[in-house]
Amino acid sequence: MNAIEFIVAGMLAAATPFLLAALGEMVAERAGVLNLGVEGLMALGAVTAFIIVYHGGGHLLGFLAAGLASAALSLVFAVIALGFRANQVAVGLAIGILGQGLSALFGKTYESLTVKGLPKLSLPWLSDIPVIGGLFAQDVVVWLSLAATVAIWGIFAYTKTGLVVRAVGENPKAAHALGYPVIAMRFAAVAFGGVLAGFAGAYAAVVYTPLWADGMIAGRGWIAIALVVFGTWLTSRIFLGACLFGAVSLASLAAQATGLDVSSQLLSSLPYIVTIVVLGIISSNRRLLKLNGVASLGEPFEQ
Amino acid sequence: MSALSLRFLPVLVRREHASLAIKLLAPPVALGLATLLNLGLYLLMGRDPVAVFHAMLLEPFLSWASFSEVLLKMGPLLLIAQGLAIGFRAKVFNIGAEGQFILGAIFASAIPIWLPQATGQWIWPSMLVLGALGGALWASLTAFWRVRLNANEILVSLMLALVAAQLLNYLLLGPWKDPAGFNFPQSVMFQYDAMVPTLIPGTRVNVSLLIACALSLAAWLFMQRSFAGFKLQVGGLAPRAAGYAGFNEGRAIWISLLIGGFAAGLAGAAEVAGPLGQLQRSISTGYGYAAIIVAYLGGLHPIGIVFSALLMAALYIGGDNAMVSANLPVAAVRVFQGSLLLAYLVAIAFVRYRLEWRHAAHGSAP
Repeated sequence: MNAIEFIVAGMLAAATPFLLAALGEMVAERAGVLNLGVEGLMALGAVTAFIIVYHGGGHLLGFLAAGLASAALSLVFAVIALGFRANQVAVGLAIGILGQGLSALFGKTYESLTVKGLPKLSLPWLSDIPVIGGLFAQDVVVWLSLAATVAIWGIFAYTKTGLVVRAVGENPKAAHALGYPVIAMRFAAVAFGGVLAGFAGAYAAVVYTPLWADGMIAGRGWIAIALVVFGTWLTSRIFLGACLFGAVSLASLAAQATGLDVSSQLLSSLPYIVTIVVLGIISSNRRLLKLNGVASLGEPFEQ
Repeated sequence: MSALSLRFLPVLVRREHASLAIKLLAPPVALGLATLLNLGLYLLMGRDPVAVFHAMLLEPFLSWASFSEVLLKMGPLLLIAQGLAIGFRAKVFNIGAEGQFILGAIFASAIPIWLPQATGQWIWPSMLVLGALGGALWASLTAFWRVRLNANEILVSLMLALVAAQLLNYLLLGPWKDPAGFNFPQSVMFQYDAMVPTLIPGTRVNVSLLIACALSLAAWLFMQRSFAGFKLQVGGLAPRAAGYAGFNEGRAIWISLLIGGFAAGLAGAAEVAGPLGQLQRSISTGYGYAAIIVAYLGGLHPIGIVFSALLMAALYIGGDNAMVSANLPVAAVRVFQGSLLLAYLVAIAFVRYRLEWRHAAHGSAP
């Protein structure tokens, strides 16, 4: 397998933690809530799934529990940031620190232990195509994540629910005047984001690299938040951005494998550097951000 | 749809005047709340909560030996938090102080690593200055990205902190590794003149604590007494008013980030030139992130931050105690820190709001 085939085959799996977490954050931000705690939510989801799978609970139960645990932590965020109208940036940072702390606390006795990942499900014929065939052999979570991406895109593009979520984020006062429960909808959006962040963490810990190491999320939650900006709050662009990051992280692995004479630290920091550069390029287009941005993002709602 | 609105819950009603009493009470109340929650967690984990409480929150203050260690830890937290709070008040969220701290440590280490034979009392002050400049330089990248490229400073500063950690790894595993260090990722030990002089004889507390206190006073003068500080605060509280008054937003962002980076870099320099005496991978135990909590818990006020830095330093030392005496994992400190900030953010809500039970007759949602 050459480097190109390696990247094509693994890109979607590497992209999945970014994709799930970023889509969850996108939904919360579309409703007007900036949740910076994604890194902590993913870490909590990761440790929950790992513990359950390690003790033989199976991947399904592991994912469900991870989603539940992260949703519970994201509801703590919602109660304090939306209920008590606290500064969303500060609450998000605190949730991030708490989630990573809980993850390290629960995961302490599992350090360096491994679990079994998931088998690949290949699409007939397509997976036999040379070079790009690997793209069509993915595990079930990747396939489900792609389905979820399409579903979220459809909800925002075609349904009233999607429209109402956007209205709550764009102009909460108007949405409230029309009779929509702004706070309740924001709670729901944050909890949805929590579930997806939990799944993202679970995927990272029990499928993508099924080995427990403290700090294994390694900034992926933060990159997911950046992806929402890259994707200008649009599902399709967030999907493309997640694929780009999947490819970047695999490219650095492939470079290491081929014995390229670049320091491994530079390769490890490649995703962060790419984030900084792309963030600069996209953000400097002020019109693009203004057109697609969420008007009430981060602001508390008072009747 | 209105069935979804939670009518049985009390609502927050804005107070006519912000309550100063609650503002002062919020930190101790938050500490009490966080303590209760965490002791409950330790009970669930099968630890003796009384023993943990004693080790974590009392022991740091009970002996001079451990209290001096608290003072030692307080230095970097105080420095970083003072710098960050200035930015937070201007609504410039530099959360990458960890990276600026690391760059400060790297810049400061350059002198003893490149000039291991040098002697003289000029070395440690130059290290502190160079470290502060290194931190400011790292922060200036964030400032440039924010002002020129309109990029979100939260994300950029955090990403740069992750890059800084890799840069530190690179130096310690490569060009700056101690050749006689048994392959450990650490630099050579620095010479005597690269050490900040001890402040209190018999302890490890050094002059950098004095510098941190002096800079706290400077932060107070800057924020409460200077026009430049006033402009920053107006920019944070009422950005449009600041715009109409002709206060330059870009300049406010530059000032906030440079001050934050300078202070964090200085803290990093003081750490390698003080208790550590060499550049190592474990130079920071998350000071940059803990300082964010210190800044908020101190009400973003220079005097409040002195107290919250002392508390957070005690938590670090207490956490180490509890690890030894009550077999509590070190991660428990991070859990405590996170829950402390959350508890504070709830308590501080009551400065501007009060709870009111909604009556059936009025105030119902449409």
